[in-house]
Amino acid sequence: MTQIKMTVNGKSASADVPDNTLLSEFLRENLRLTGTHVGCDTSQCGACVVHVDGRAVKSCTVLAASLDGADVTTIEGVANGKELHPMQAAFKKHHGLQCGFCTPGMIMSGIDMVSRYQAEGQALTEDAIRHELEGNICRCTGYHNIVKAIEDAADQMSAPAQAAE
Amino acid sequence: MSDGIGARVERKEDKRFITGKGKYTDDVRVDNQAYAAFVRCPVAHAKINGVDSSAAMAMEGVIAVHTGPEMKEDGIGDIITGWSITSKDGSPMQCGVWNPMVTTYGRYVGDAVAVVVAETQAIARAAAELVELDYEELPASIGVEDAFQDGAAQVHENVPGNLIYDWEIGDEAAVAAALEGAHHITEMKIVNNRLSPNPMEPRSAVAIFDEAEDHYTLYTTSQNPHVARLVLSAFYNVAPEHKLRVIAPDVGGGFGSKIYIYPEEITCLWASMKTGRSVKWTSDRTEAFLTDAHGRDHVTKATMGFDAEGRIVGFKTDTLANIGAYVSLFATVTPTYLHGTLLSGCYDMPAVYGNVKAIHTNTVPVDAYRGAGRPEATYSVERMIETAAREMGMDPAELRRKNFITEFPYQTQVILQYDSGDYHKTLDMAQDIADVAGFAARKAEAASRGKLRGLGYSTFVEACGIAPSAAVGSLGAAVGLWESAEVRVNPVGSVEILTGCHSHGQGHETTFAQVVADRLGIPVDNVSVVHGDTDKVQFGMGTYGSRSGPVGMSAIVKALDKVEAKAKKIAAHTLEASEDDIVIENGEVKVAGTDKSMAWHEIGLAAYIAHNLPEGMEPGLKEAAFYDPLNFSFPAGALICEVEVDPETGVTDIVKFTAVDDFGNIINPNIVEGQVHGGVTQGIGQAMLEQVVYDDDGQMLTASYMDYCMPRADDVPSYALDHNATPSPLNPLGVKGCGEAGAIGSPPAVINAITDAIGTNDLQMPATPLAVWTALQNAKSSMAAE
Repeated sequence: MTQIKMTVNGKSASADVPDNTLLSEFLRENLRLTGTHVGCDTSQCGACVVHVDGRAVKSCTVLAASLDGADVTTIEGVANGKELHPMQAAFKKHHGLQCGFCTPGMIMSGIDMVSRYQAEGQALTEDAIRHELEGNICRCTGYHNIVKAIEDAADQMSAPAQAAE
Repeated sequence: MSDGIGARVERKEDKRFITGKGKYTDDVRVDNQAYAAFVRCPVAHAKINGVDSSAAMAMEGVIAVHTGPEMKEDGIGDIITGWSITSKDGSPMQCGVWNPMVTTYGRYVGDAVAVVVAETQAIARAAAELVELDYEELPASIGVEDAFQDGAAQVHENVPGNLIYDWEIGDEAAVAAALEGAHHITEMKIVNNRLSPNPMEPRSAVAIFDEAEDHYTLYTTSQNPHVARLVLSAFYNVAPEHKLRVIAPDVGGGFGSKIYIYPEEITCLWASMKTGRSVKWTSDRTEAFLTDAHGRDHVTKATMGFDAEGRIVGFKTDTLANIGAYVSLFATVTPTYLHGTLLSGCYDMPAVYGNVKAIHTNTVPVDAYRGAGRPEATYSVERMIETAAREMGMDPAELRRKNFITEFPYQTQVILQYDSGDYHKTLDMAQDIADVAGFAARKAEAASRGKLRGLGYSTFVEACGIAPSAAVGSLGAAVGLWESAEVRVNPVGSVEILTGCHSHGQGHETTFAQVVADRLGIPVDNVSVVHGDTDKVQFGMGTYGSRSGPVGMSAIVKALDKVEAKAKKIAAHTLEASEDDIVIENGEVKVAGTDKSMAWHEIGLAAYIAHNLPEGMEPGLKEAAFYDPLNFSFPAGALICEVEVDPETGVTDIVKFTAVDDFGNIINPNIVEGQVHGGVTQGIGQAMLEQVVYDDDGQMLTASYMDYCMPRADDVPSYALDHNATPSPLNPLGVKGCGEAGAIGSPPAVINAITDAIGTNDLQMPATPLAVWTALQNAKSSMAAE
């Protein structure tokens, strides 16, 4: 057993967990944050993507014990209170989800890719979005509306930064 | 009405999914929770002589290990099939027996042999590894053609030659005579590759036994919880129906694979009784590949004859259908009545004949997967007509047009009568959007870059919204295929719809609410949809075969008719007017041509206060209906795929994909287009990427996403869509199903485009870079040899 302490969605979380506990298990079973989904176990499908210290990570492939002190954000933590994150709102507006199972991972990956491209001052083109989604599989939507949602959210996410300049 | 029929309403169900608050089966955790893991047959065919669970039982945290013979002893029934097929000689089909857990013989890699119940999932899985099987390996039959050879290993003793049935449809003699006199004949061997459905949510079950009440609850990943309860009760003897509640909460995709009641759900229910614990099982992805019912896996020899003008004179197919080790619930109907009946395509064919031999193999059962039989028929018809056009030196679109059905209703030679359609206009629209006129220039430009550009068509029709109960009964179905709905108007005027359909991505909570909003003039936010719980909804047949629109919504309309009739009586009584003069508009119930009206919520209140109702009227405002469809509905479409192939590598890019569909009237265009996007992508997956591969010993080589290629975002383009609606005259909303069309129509469009690009018709799915490159090299060497 290993004692771990991390910050999850802004709150402190600690537990004694078996050494082989995956972050996805810790989130789902210990913290009951069941928005993070497990779809493949081999780090291909991306339904389990969360942010660890600001970077997108597949939570089914990282040991909880290795993240002592980390700052973790899950799908439950991206909205600002009742106000949806622009990426969440864009998925709804553009019908970017059907069964909803891959959606948390898609939204977490979408936020991550927009943030990275904007930090580097690069344009997030349709081709770039499709390439960046390599690690997220959706069986329902055919990606068409997911791509549209991420394009739109990228515009929304850049707006406040520009306004502040 | 801004929320009504035809509006692009944002989905009501989305908020919980985008905030991580969806509730899927694996998210359910109850008191007294234990976890199950299965010990599975490690080889394709084996006699199990013994199960040694002593090491597993010695592990801390293990509660029990149970086996198939114990289940049998407790009276748990064998797994049934839901449709009996009669062979062409009149004999009944022959199926092997499917025990939920193996009693003697394991017949595919993954066949459940024992279950371990433990305090945690990790312990259960670790302990399952410690269970030792004493088994004797037996010869196995894997591929469908090999399994049908003389001397092939027998999968079941009672199924000689592994032949389940030898079925036919159409007039064999008429086709033979027509082909005899044909001006041109096209012949092909067509392989429809084996696929794994792969909903992103793996199957899961939570079984809860309440000993005091002698009552079971099952949370499960089901497309049809009432059918699950019926079968678990009537055939598997788990509990009587009134002692079993089945809940299918949020379900993460189905595509057919969650229709069936699998060994794991049955076992969890039984194990919860045996152990006195709530038992939860969740599949991992490899288990999903090994045990979820697969799709397709047909090998077909097709012959199509034409007269000198290019009119089809006859079409014949001989198909071997791989059913797998056991006959799953709808496995028998998929290659027969869902496949043979579509062999006329959208063409006026005077003679059609199909023969299907269903074959047992030592592989996981094969059953309905998105499209179910119709993709196989469409792929055969559409590859044949495109290939014939090339052989005859005709434009493939023109050859199609010469043969299009133009008058409706149209009676095919293979049972079905098509309801409505306008195939010429649909193809016109698709050709416009795809800019077929500009293709030659694009091809030349691609050639200047060393790329091969190709264009392929698929003009398809399919049958969905299964189906009139008496008709399917006469063809062997064990159940009726009606749907039910209940419309509850609350005293404040808000409305609850209870439906027997189940939404696992289809957006029923929104679409069904729009139908009510349109009818009553109230906002969609005042309508909620209840589904997926046998304690809440009385009965229903569930969602598959694109039936929730044409069948499920028709039931809602029928219940709304009754609600409206009662509401009008209440309004006429209250407003002292004739019932015939009452109209419902914009949320008001009015006397036509006057200023007398009641708000909708006042009707609800009047019905429940019941102080002043018409003489003899019962209080309340709640109506139910069962709707049995008059026929299938027949969506049709024209798909055009344009590809660019790199001849050096065989890598193929889809540069444009156009889909113009006829789904009749559309309730919510966003949702319908989303179904097309997803369906076409699955079809592209079948055409270019996906293939379940077993080795010669029956070990699956593609049991993870590292080996089975799912379509990713950069494998597919953005799609160009449009609609050409000819409303179905056969249901009250004039709708046709839209859930499967994309997956049914798209594979031949993709392959026709690739074969156009590479200049040879000798290509099977999936057209991987290696397959495309090999086809190119073969074509080159055969040209060199000539």
